[in-house]
Amino acid sequence: MPKDSSIKSILIIGSGPIVIGQACEFDYAGSQASRSLREEGIEVSLINSNPATIMTDKVTADHVYLLPLEPESIIKILQEQKIDAVLPTMGGQTALNLCIECQNQGIWEEYGVKMVGVDIDAIEITENREAFRALMDEIGVGSAPSDTAKSFLEGKEIAQELGFPLCVRPSYTLGGSGASFVHEAKDFEAALTRGLHASPIHEVMLDKALLGWKEYELELLRDSNDNVIIICSIENFDPMGVHTGDSITVAPAMTLSDKTYQRMRDMAIKMMRSIGDFAGGCNVQFAVSPDEDEDIVAIEINPRVSRSSALASKATGYPIAKIAAKLAIGYTLDDLTNQITKSTSAYFEPTLDYVIVKIPRWDFSKFKGAEEELGLQMKSVGEVMGIGRSFQEALQKACQSLEIRRNGLGADGKELTDQDTILYKLEHPSWDRLFRIYDAIKLGIPFKTIKEKTRIDDWFLRQIEDLIKLERVIEKESIQSISKDLLFEAKQKGYADRQIAHLLRCLESEVYDKRSKEGIKRVYKLVDTCAAEFPAETPYYYSTFELENESVVTDKKKIVVLGSGPNRIGQGIEFDYCCVHGVLAAKECGYETIMINCNPETVSTDFDTADKLYFEPVFWEHIYDIIQHEKPEGVIVQLGGQTALKLAEKLSRYGVKIIGTSYEALDLAEDRGSFSTLLKNNDVPYPRFGVVESAEQALDLSKELGFPLLVRPSYVLGGQRMKIVINEDELEHHVVEILREMPENKILLDHFLGGAIEAEADAICDGENVYIIGIMQHIEPAGIHSGDSYAVLPPYNLGDLVIHQIEDITNKIAIALKTVGLLNIQFAIKDEKVFVIEANPRASRTVPFIAKAYDEPYVNYATKVMLGENKVTDFDFNPRKEGYAIKIPVFSFEKFPNVNKELGPEMKSTGEAIRFIKDLRDPFFRKVYSERNFYLSR
Amino acid sequence: MSEATLLLDDGTVFKGKAVGKIGTTMGEIAFNTGMTGYQEIFTDPSYFGQILLMTPSHIGNYGVNVNEIESESIKISGLVCKKFSETFSRPAAFESLQIYFERDSIVGISDIDTRALVRHIRDKGAMNAIISSEIFDIRKLKSQLKDAPNMEGLELSSKVSTTKPYFVGNENSSYHVGVIDYGVKQTILRCLEERGCYLKVFPSNVTAEEIYEWDPDGIMLSNGPGDPAAMRKEVAELKMLLGKGIPTFGICLGHQIMALASGLKTKKMHNGHRGVNHPVKNLSTGKCEVTSQNHGFVVDKESLKNKKDAILTHIHLNDDSLAGIKYPSKNAFSVQYHPESSAGPNDSRYLFDEFIDLIKKYKLVKTL
Repeated sequence: MPKDSSIKSILIIGSGPIVIGQACEFDYAGSQASRSLREEGIEVSLINSNPATIMTDKVTADHVYLLPLEPESIIKILQEQKIDAVLPTMGGQTALNLCIECQNQGIWEEYGVKMVGVDIDAIEITENREAFRALMDEIGVGSAPSDTAKSFLEGKEIAQELGFPLCVRPSYTLGGSGASFVHEAKDFEAALTRGLHASPIHEVMLDKALLGWKEYELELLRDSNDNVIIICSIENFDPMGVHTGDSITVAPAMTLSDKTYQRMRDMAIKMMRSIGDFAGGCNVQFAVSPDEDEDIVAIEINPRVSRSSALASKATGYPIAKIAAKLAIGYTLDDLTNQITKSTSAYFEPTLDYVIVKIPRWDFSKFKGAEEELGLQMKSVGEVMGIGRSFQEALQKACQSLEIRRNGLGADGKELTDQDTILYKLEHPSWDRLFRIYDAIKLGIPFKTIKEKTRIDDWFLRQIEDLIKLERVIEKESIQSISKDLLFEAKQKGYADRQIAHLLRCLESEVYDKRSKEGIKRVYKLVDTCAAEFPAETPYYYSTFELENESVVTDKKKIVVLGSGPNRIGQGIEFDYCCVHGVLAAKECGYETIMINCNPETVSTDFDTADKLYFEPVFWEHIYDIIQHEKPEGVIVQLGGQTALKLAEKLSRYGVKIIGTSYEALDLAEDRGSFSTLLKNNDVPYPRFGVVESAEQALDLSKELGFPLLVRPSYVLGGQRMKIVINEDELEHHVVEILREMPENKILLDHFLGGAIEAEADAICDGENVYIIGIMQHIEPAGIHSGDSYAVLPPYNLGDLVIHQIEDITNKIAIALKTVGLLNIQFAIKDEKVFVIEANPRASRTVPFIAKAYDEPYVNYATKVMLGENKVTDFDFNPRKEGYAIKIPVFSFEKFPNVNKELGPEMKSTGEAIRFIKDLRDPFFRKVYSERNFYLSR
Repeated sequence: MSEATLLLDDGTVFKGKAVGKIGTTMGEIAFNTGMTGYQEIFTDPSYFGQILLMTPSHIGNYGVNVNEIESESIKISGLVCKKFSETFSRPAAFESLQIYFERDSIVGISDIDTRALVRHIRDKGAMNAIISSEIFDIRKLKSQLKDAPNMEGLELSSKVSTTKPYFVGNENSSYHVGVIDYGVKQTILRCLEERGCYLKVFPSNVTAEEIYEWDPDGIMLSNGPGDPAAMRKEVAELKMLLGKGIPTFGICLGHQIMALASGLKTKKMHNGHRGVNHPVKNLSTGKCEVTSQNHGFVVDKESLKNKKDAILTHIHLNDDSLAGIKYPSKNAFSVQYHPESSAGPNDSRYLFDEFIDLIKKYKLVKTL
């Protein structure tokens, strides 16, 4: 069926600021959808309040509206643009809710806007748990015994009937907010109250907990001709009881027979058809009884693209959002071609000849007091995906991608051996359960016990057991004695050289040398949707150890851009934005661009972004092997946050060219001692400070510096373990704490400038010329992490003298550091005097914000400067300076009810929004400003 | 685990680990891309004589189940795969794939770069291969491989067909359907039985006369292995039978034999279609279905031109090849793929219902 020619312009609604449960997967979806529609000649308008997104870029859409996601904003857009249709399925539950609100207010009707890709009744049914259950009964699909309560009393009656354990799930919430398991009657009342409160309509669903059932997800696509295909089957490693966003997941399903899978497939299709008539993507979750019956029960259905569909797109190579957008405008699947092979039909089901493992990334250390046990409510802030030719390889690669100071799963000397702790952790899943399973097997805890406590399928547990068996064999060898076959087996099973070195008690480089000599080399395989049945054109690769290498190296000049790995507090979507722009700019300069990243939620890992995508851990060994293979001109490290930056030292040591600011300068800025010398030499003021390596030294130094003191470890992210202390007891305690977690860390003590105002500047420098792209002034006084404070661009009440000092210092430091590329400097201003707190010679969190506010492609310019294509003076800077832009930090505290919401030097926000104001009389600004000292209780 | 060698007809050698029985086996190598259903696939008689390469990373994870077989034994000549699971996990399974292979004396090889091998076969086309976990001398293997017969022109159906007729289902069922067993899958029989059919399953060398004598309300031409062009006798018998106007439904090899009996041509494909994700479009309804396929020969679409009595009903969306035909004057229709699935999606089960509808109409006319 051809496309609907009445649609000439479409509005896409984004998902707003990043919160737990709704992250950059929607930037990926929105960007893809927008590009896909523009390919069809459709004019795309886009609304999102999140500035750090690619979707809100001019490169993505025709008209970008950085406005709050409210009906008023929609009306404004509809008044300015002639919109034929709205596509609300790309922006998560936020976009759907806004769409429904506009529908209820009659806005779409008033402006003659058609809703595409979704059916309001379908959203209604899937979000209203009672209606969903009734519908499932009607179509003969099983669901867990349950009932809906609109009051406390009703809830108690239902619980009495169902018995425990049961789940409390509030209606119409996101990422399982307010949901919980109740194992015993005594905990029920509190959980019920919390659930009713969390629901905007004061309604909860109580259902019998299917603890220990196997959990699966299917990703579906349907067209207007009612053709349905399953893009991917995903099996959860963690059985029912852990939110799917917090579960380790595997694709394709590993332990499903064809009979049961086909039953599930039939049910999923039936469910999608039953909820309404719409063309687009859909996600269905199932539980399967872990017994001979293999009963299948429907858990939920989401009629939109989701976190799982982003994962499924990356896992299979089938771009769900891109195709869903085309289906929304009337195409049928058989009209379209497979985007990877470019020769076969888009109507088909991808088949995988590899395995992917997704592991969520948690950041509990940022949420002191949070309940760390996983349950119905999602708590992770990001995720990684490992691709391998076997489950074991994919699992090890995913563990190497996590950046939690592990070299993979085990074999790095970080195992726990305390039996009680391990046993507790097996039964109470948290961020480390996978590692504790490994520890348990290694410790010899019986398989049966591990199985009983975790209820994880035997097949997965046996795979981990097999890894430990292999380690026992390797441990008996030495670097000299280990055979080629054994080394090859270890590499095939995903072991990093570092892990093997640990087992052989030798150096990583010795393992690398030995395997190189033996000819054990990484090869690269294609993700092609079809298990090599057809030739594929899309350059989307992963590594493994096998015979044939499919990644053909061209003779073009190449640039590698290192990605930022999993999202976490302090390092999120902003860096993905920067990486994508870095890639695009390098392409403009005529380079073949190579992206390396392991975060499946991102635009940077969209195979349409770079010329070549290596979906690999941002982990030394993988990166170095890709560099050896591709031989690029150099590597861009300053766009991928701390993840990429911290690899600079080793890259430099191995003779790989760092594009832009040299490693020496990067290190100089990070090393507090040398950096202060640089400041001193340039007459730049900075707070009194010192570096210590023990609590004793700290106490001595505190006498010299005077309290209050800002204590922080070096080489960390988002102000991790940063704290303001006011006396010796606090100081001693905190330093001991840091050294326990990070032995041998050099700890910085700064005299804390109480009551100071904070500001930051971002600049582009080519080594000689400096251009300050923006200065932002924080609203709250110093002491709150810059990521957590409201900030205004440009400054709203800094005097000319102060601004002049900031500009002058920025220039001086940029030149002194021989910066080539981006630079961010943080300032504290007290009594009209400007002090430098720190300088980061890389893209910062604020760069995308400034680029959006001023409507200028700063990362593009900076990349061209880094590559030496341009001087700063080549660009015609023309920022759109009207009024002010306020950066609004967004928190996900509702996911952690027990956490102290107090803000401090350690960052806690998960996302940000932008808000433009005309002048300082703006009521929003007045309100935030008047409350600037209340931050302690936000 | 002991070693094994895979040698292709063009001299390419792959080294891997031995799975199943220790021994040597030969056949035409073909790849299947299905991610589920290895047991159904291995026991499908259409794979007789073939060394099957399974493309998913892991095979054997959920063991073997008595209810998930398509014939009483494993029909593939040998298996090639990446990871062969030594342990399995499924409460409904009764044993591991390894034991199942050993019992049926199936030789296999694992831990090879199956992706490289698929790319090789994809480009070079179907060819013979030999797997051995007992002979390591490549020259010896080469000379043995020379004795492997060429699939083109090879009749294999008689090797897997029943030798004597047998009955399935309840004699008092509404419809009596004669099934010609060219290598029938159990699920085809089950799909018919579930729809109220009483079945008499005939051997592949049955004559038209024998079937006609039983007075069936419908005839099912089953799937099976080998080159349809080598089945002249079966084609001739079918030609006689088709003239009688009894509703006839052909699947896979049955579809090809019906085409030959109707004056159409078949040809060998470069690689064939084997998997559970094959896109087919039904031209009469405009709807698409994801199908299970397993064929190395295909009815030549060109030969359909200017044939008044053979109408193209289904096409394969990937390569536009012929996937289904109807013969209105003969009251017959057929598809190249497997509506009974197993392994694979159940999207095409409606074809059995259409067959029953034809039978109903035929019976109605007959009683008038």
